[in-house]
Amino acid sequence: MARIVGAVTTSHIPAIGSAIAKGLQEEPYWKPFFGAFGAVHAWLDRVRPDAVVVVYNDHGLQFFLDNMPTFAVGAADVYRNADEGWGLPTQPPYRGDAALSWHLVESLVAEEFDLTTCQEMLVDHAFTVPLKLLWPGAPACPVATVPVAVNTIQHPLPTPARCLKFGRALGRAIASYPQDLKVLLLGTGGLSHQLDGTRAGFINRGFDEMCMAAMVDAPDALARYSIHQLVEAAGTQGVEVLNWLIARAALGGRVEKVHSNYHIPISNTASGLMVLENSY
Amino acid sequence: MNAPIPGTTLFDGAQARKGYALNKMCFSFNAADNRAEFLRDEDAYCRKYGLNDAQHAAIRRRNVLDLIEAGGNIYYLAKFAGIFGLSVQDVGAQQTGMPVEKFKAMLAARGR
Repeated sequence: MARIVGAVTTSHIPAIGSAIAKGLQEEPYWKPFFGAFGAVHAWLDRVRPDAVVVVYNDHGLQFFLDNMPTFAVGAADVYRNADEGWGLPTQPPYRGDAALSWHLVESLVAEEFDLTTCQEMLVDHAFTVPLKLLWPGAPACPVATVPVAVNTIQHPLPTPARCLKFGRALGRAIASYPQDLKVLLLGTGGLSHQLDGTRAGFINRGFDEMCMAAMVDAPDALARYSIHQLVEAAGTQGVEVLNWLIARAALGGRVEKVHSNYHIPISNTASGLMVLENSY
Repeated sequence: MNAPIPGTTLFDGAQARKGYALNKMCFSFNAADNRAEFLRDEDAYCRKYGLNDAQHAAIRRRNVLDLIEAGGNIYYLAKFAGIFGLSVQDVGAQQTGMPVEKFKAMLAARGR
């Protein structure tokens, strides 16, 4: 049977991708961010996942407003990255695992989550940057991927309560996959930031610290927020923490924090990183 | 109704309807050929996508707050800004009326 090895949650800011492309990891601006990933690499060497389910949000590469799914699951054997318009180098294709994807789709729809399935799916920086952070040395991502895209762009967004339930169902779906497969959850985005309006530059350390604590012990506390409260507390783009919540919820009840980091600012964002494992 | 959040426009159904043509044009800027076509004759490109007068004027002025008011979504607008090599920090500085160095310093100060 498949087994979840844990979850990593990290910011996916495009500037991180530019910094990687330019080799700026040791620069004073970037060191407090990239320096925290050594512990993640050591942990990945220990748990050695075969596949990663990436919970992220598309920013207008795959989806436009003509068709905007709330939850979309990739169901293909390959996913491609492409030009997003502002200069990030395009990454090589990502290997999928269509059999695993379709199992997840079957299981989630049976649990009454009405998904969009994608047999062709462009994956943007919110997918590619975190995978590059996890496996920086590899020319291409070394593990199979399943993209799970959550609408955090066009309101109404799925509520945190719905995302908690979705994540729990996703965890059950993975655990019921009959093949022996070690699966990692990767939740991307956040933490607090706002790009638009005269409130641009908004960051909320207090909310972020509460959020990172709740990710360990009390994901239900995050699920009690309304979207409006989340925007108020985390900023218009801080709602990406929904992706973190889904990844966390997939782990189940009790988890242990293996590693975390928090640093302000990367670009306009408070960057966050967590590694969580189930406690048995 | 929830109280409005100062300085914030939620991109909801009303905004998505109002900004559809503008956002569709900006979405097209994923492709390098389209970015080049815009730069060759931006008025013609705006007409091709059916922008209304407010949207077209905001594009001409490169004014992000006006583009949001006209229904623009920041993620699609970022592709427009990218044509001119502007980052989200340049965009943040413009919206808050600060020089970009001051905007960056303000962000750095939040980390201390």
